[in-house]
Amino acid sequence: MLQPYASPVERAWYFGMRGLVGLILAFLFLPILVIVPLSFNADSFLMYPMSGFSLRWYEEFATSPAWRQALMNSLIVSPLATLLAMVLGTLASIGLVRAEFPGKALLTAVLISPMVVPVVVIGVAMYIFFAPLGLTGSYTGLVLAHAILGVPFVVTTVTATLQGFDFNLVRAASSLGANPITTFFRVTLPMVAPGIISGGLFAFATSFDEVVVTLFLASPEQATLPRQMFAGIRENISPTIAAVATILIVLSTLMLMTLEWLRRRAERMRGARR
Amino acid sequence: MSTAVDTSAAVPLPAEGDGTPLKKRLRRAERRRNLLFGALILPLALVVLVAFIWPIGSLLTIGVDNPEIHDNLPRTLAALEDWNGSAPPAEAAFRALADELAAAKGSPAIAAIAKRLNRENAGYRSLVMKTARKLPLDAAVPAREALVAIDAQWGELATWQAIHRAGGALTPFYLLAAIDRVIDADGNIVAAPEDERIYVDVLLRTFWMSLIVTVCCLTLGFSVAYLMASLSTRHSNMLMIFVLLPFWTSVLVRVAAWIVLLQNEGLVNRLLMWLGLTDSPLQLLFNRFGVYVAMVHILLPFMVLPLYSVMKGISPVYMRAALSLGCPPFRSFWKIYFPQTLPGIGAGGLLVFIMCMGYYITPALLGGPKEQMLSYFIAFYTNQTINWGMAAALSAVLLAATLLLYMVYARYLGPTRVKYMKAR
Repeated sequence: MLQPYASPVERAWYFGMRGLVGLILAFLFLPILVIVPLSFNADSFLMYPMSGFSLRWYEEFATSPAWRQALMNSLIVSPLATLLAMVLGTLASIGLVRAEFPGKALLTAVLISPMVVPVVVIGVAMYIFFAPLGLTGSYTGLVLAHAILGVPFVVTTVTATLQGFDFNLVRAASSLGANPITTFFRVTLPMVAPGIISGGLFAFATSFDEVVVTLFLASPEQATLPRQMFAGIRENISPTIAAVATILIVLSTLMLMTLEWLRRRAERMRGARR
Repeated sequence: MSTAVDTSAAVPLPAEGDGTPLKKRLRRAERRRNLLFGALILPLALVVLVAFIWPIGSLLTIGVDNPEIHDNLPRTLAALEDWNGSAPPAEAAFRALADELAAAKGSPAIAAIAKRLNRENAGYRSLVMKTARKLPLDAAVPAREALVAIDAQWGELATWQAIHRAGGALTPFYLLAAIDRVIDADGNIVAAPEDERIYVDVLLRTFWMSLIVTVCCLTLGFSVAYLMASLSTRHSNMLMIFVLLPFWTSVLVRVAAWIVLLQNEGLVNRLLMWLGLTDSPLQLLFNRFGVYVAMVHILLPFMVLPLYSVMKGISPVYMRAALSLGCPPFRSFWKIYFPQTLPGIGAGGLLVFIMCMGYYITPALLGGPKEQMLSYFIAFYTNQTINWGMAAALSAVLLAATLLLYMVYARYLGPTRVKYMKAR
């Protein structure tokens, strides 16, 4: 807060700091907005000034076989990979929080290691390992790889949520006669659902934006949306890229809003309990 | 209102009469619970071990694998086992070599042997191929004389020493090549020939570029986090959106955006020309500048988030105390506030540096040949030249550097905080 009795130096610092941070945030934010209007450009150059308004690039995206195939592939691979990561990750997180055994820290480190190992190394290793098994150029291999990349996000968020979870509630449920399955679905799951969903969102975003491992594992028939964008940017960058980019920006805004809503809900619930 | 639940049936109370002490039964129940919950980890652990740890392990072994001579000339190697290396080997070795080369003739094995020996001494490839063409030998003639008649090099000690050297099941060749070292004929590790020394440069370039990006992110991120931490929650949450939206936006979208901005007819060049700072468009893409700008843009949120969470926890009381005791503002900032942000600086800096080192997409799309980092060469050797040994060795170098820094990182913030990290 700027006090009315602030000295000129303090005033300069106050406004200078805000100006500087404003510029940095503009650097972060504006480049993303710049590409949006170009997706409505009438001519085929990805540059300003625009010559007129047109939806032709969205039409191109919706009708071109390559882009449609890429969208389809992304809509197959990412949800399946996310689902797999969420189921396996949630089960493992419950185990990691509740069970005590030697080497638990090491096992946890191994399970979240896909987040740490450089993606190119993962891509090459899986490519060389999957090829003789016939898993390269297959949806199975791609879903498996994307799920493994997403698992660490589920494990870290769900274990964090479970650490704040009062296991006396589970004891209360079973002492009232509920069997373990009922307890899980009626008590545990609703309480840790926000953690699972936000972990799942991270896993989905990772898979939906994954290029490098896909470059190694996917054949042209399995090219996902980011893979197709990578090829498009590298070969001939057209306003179709801008149209896809705009759609992806809308999608990431939606994911961010969901996450923010979950965070507020969790905050409210914590407040209510006090 | 409530249904009667027979709690005694659901939770059997410890019965007194069956002889087992309560303590023992409790321990048993505890063990059963542990096994049950441990079993929940099993599916994921299996998937990660089989489809992630194992592939990476086998990739690393490819980097030291040396099968060509070891697998294709086993009898020759056995005959050379007791050889002292100072006199020509026994006739048995010549015979075994002639037989095994004859057996390998016409199969991919002979090419593998020739290629592998050529690495010991350029020229052995043609020696092996030429010899193989004239095989098999007449069983009646001594193998030694026949081989020397085909090529006099078979009579030289150096040739046999090369076979002996190349015969191990494992080789440090690729790992040494990844740091520009070779083993000379005497078995010493020496610097590679001048024109083959590229990987140390690539490694240093990878470190250097990561360092520049980290320092830029730190400078920019520190100011943003500092202001956000000093604002009210409502205002800082608003600013946070400007950090989080780019964070959630696809990397490819951001790369495309920078191409639009930085191309010759792009907005940045237009602005510079309009301001009269330059007459002709500057080359901003496909060089170091473009890569730095885009990488700082992509990684800045990863710096802001840990810095902000640390700064948010710093009590303003200390700064006020210093100021009220007469310490000048800048000095109190430097002496009181800044040291408390060091955990955030360490965590954010290491995180950005680690992620930078593994970058592939951004340099590949926005950089020229001089901007390609370690990842590019790993992909290059895997897809373009199919030299898996080299790809594996470079992977080992990158992996080692990453894990080393990650261990330092884990000490700072603990493993659960890595959720900021998105693999790219």
